Amino acid sequence: MDAAASPPERSATTAARVVSARTPLVPRLRNLLERRELLWGLIVSDIRIKYKGSALGLIWSMLSPALTLATYYLVFSVFLKNGIPGFVVYLFAGLVVWTMFQTAVSTSTGVIVDRAGLVKKVSFPREILALSNVGASIFYFVIQFAILVGFVLLVGHHVTWSWAWLLLIAFVSLALFAAALGIVMSAITVYLRDVRHLMDVLLQLWFWVSPVVYSYSNSLATPLHNHGLTALYFVNPITPIILTFQRVIYGSPIVTSTTSGLPLHVLPSWPLSTFATMNVVILAVALVAFLAALAVFGRLEGNFESEL
Amino acid sequence: MSAVIEVSGVAKQFKIHHERHQTLKERLLHPRSGSTEIFDALRDINFTVGEGETVGIVGHNGSGKSTLLKCICGVLKPTAGQIRLRGSLAALLELGAGFQPELSGRDNVYLYGSMLGLSRRMVERVFEDIVDFSELAHFIDTPVKFYSSGMYVRLAFAVAVNVAPEILVVDEVLAVGDERFQAKCLDRIRLFQREGRTILLVTHQADTVRAVCDRAIVLDHGIQVADDTVGEALRIFRQRLLGQVPGHAVVSSTVQITSVTTPSGSFDMRRGEDLAFEIDVTSDHAVSANLVTEVFTRTGLLVSRSDAQAAPVELRPGVNRIQVEWRSVPLLDGVYDVNVGLVEASGGTVLAWREKAAAVQVLYDGRATGVVEIESSVTA
Repeated sequence: MDAAASPPERSATTAARVVSARTPLVPRLRNLLERRELLWGLIVSDIRIKYKGSALGLIWSMLSPALTLATYYLVFSVFLKNGIPGFVVYLFAGLVVWTMFQTAVSTSTGVIVDRAGLVKKVSFPREILALSNVGASIFYFVIQFAILVGFVLLVGHHVTWSWAWLLLIAFVSLALFAAALGIVMSAITVYLRDVRHLMDVLLQLWFWVSPVVYSYSNSLATPLHNHGLTALYFVNPITPIILTFQRVIYGSPIVTSTTSGLPLHVLPSWPLSTFATMNVVILAVALVAFLAALAVFGRLEGNFESEL
Repeated sequence: MSAVIEVSGVAKQFKIHHERHQTLKERLLHPRSGSTEIFDALRDINFTVGEGETVGIVGHNGSGKSTLLKCICGVLKPTAGQIRLRGSLAALLELGAGFQPELSGRDNVYLYGSMLGLSRRMVERVFEDIVDFSELAHFIDTPVKFYSSGMYVRLAFAVAVNVAPEILVVDEVLAVGDERFQAKCLDRIRLFQREGRTILLVTHQADTVRAVCDRAIVLDHGIQVADDTVGEALRIFRQRLLGQVPGHAVVSSTVQITSVTTPSGSFDMRRGEDLAFEIDVTSDHAVSANLVTEVFTRTGLLVSRSDAQAAPVELRPGVNRIQVEWRSVPLLDGVYDVNVGLVEASGGTVLAWREKAAAVQVLYDGRATGVVEIESSVTA
């Protein structure tokens, strides 16, 4: 750098930044947007650090979901004989969604406590830490999803390609929900350290109330309807997202059972318009949840330093 | 001059937990039992820093100066009040705090740069300068976990100063590192000053403040007690610092140094000559005091500080004249600033302080250069 060569020329154009007890939502969002390079840098370094020095590298991140997939396939299709043809595809479509959500939330939950050193010394929007974990899980999701697409093409599974655009909305909602929950949990964990373990248990429960390994339409729709609990089941925002992925990737809502030879109602046979409406509503809810999470985080972050 | 940093009504409280309940289980088992105490680290701080100014923040340990700096950097959020900043800011607070040990020096430069708020392109542009400045070209692709602590700090410092922030915040870093590194830090700060950047410097070293700052703010137990010229602020700082020693309360002093002159009226002299000062002091009470004199070069180097403890001056109520004689002054060619102060002999309270009370000009036509000439004889 040359002496006296670069006077600070930006000052006239840069808007004032304000540090105060509470940052309102709009400047919070602007801050986040301004620091996207940091977010990107943290995501990349997260992924790099995780697989540095391991010979198999990224393959490790695929091994665990692959094993989960194989186990559930064996249990539900081979041993329990659920009769769903092409169950691997059904399972895979739901699992990529669930794995992304679960990884994002569970890794985000403890991130501020784990990175206390950074939080106490460097200034940046703290939400970025949770978001970087969501970002990393999106990266793994993309790889898994690519494998899923490759797989269905390979086995020649009948995919409803014309509805594929629904997946984009569903995915954005998924990422927003994961981020919202991750951001809030990362702040709560600072005050209540054992929430982390609670979250692990909750996520397990959550998995079983989401239609990943079983078919919603075949096993749950009727009993839920009879007890008037359908609405309650759909309080879980991940359910419609999983159903969308299954509907598009698995393709056929009604198939012939491999065990009984009778028609099997695997997925809701709603028309495209119903799925589209559902996804738009979910996206709107996800957006609100994300903004609410930022607002809650803003209220909680003021006391971080006396708790860390 | 437009304000670059505006601190208005900033207060910061810390919660001190006496009994911590940091888990949900404990909270459920002992609802409402965790006792906390509020500690005021900062109370109602107000000041502005204009573009291109270098302002020092001084205070004893625990005065809140680091808390204030962290608030300005955005690491801490103030409990009340706000801080407005115009322009990019880089802080030399905790050098290398954002480093990822597993990643290489190169990757960390980019990551650290983005923590300081820079885009990848901006870092790319100065990457070579950063590597040159850090003198780590050889190790730039080595994971930083293999770096020595010195290399670590050098790399972090190189990033922070090469990103050319509009506002540079420095916290005591000048006190760490070897002498060469300290000199490099000071050089950089001077370069920033010449470039018209704004600098905020936190230290408890009066010499550093005198050497680089235009103005200083004094904090004492979280309260802003001065925002003044360096000389006046340092006087207040000393008074507070010394006033803290138990049993040495600050007297509401009415001792004043009214003038510092020489019999001839001129402070010009030749090397090796004697120089006599006459210091006029008014006082409203009788007190025994020590005269403190400090001599600085114009670049802020302390040449001498003397405290005539052996011979206290007895001040009477009214006007007093103190005579000081410097014998065979060894100073070489140049202008020297003289600070004069009176410190109570039986305690240490600063009674009066006069910064830059005199400017002594020394003429010397010999061959020696530097600040002083050592009388020497050479034999073979």
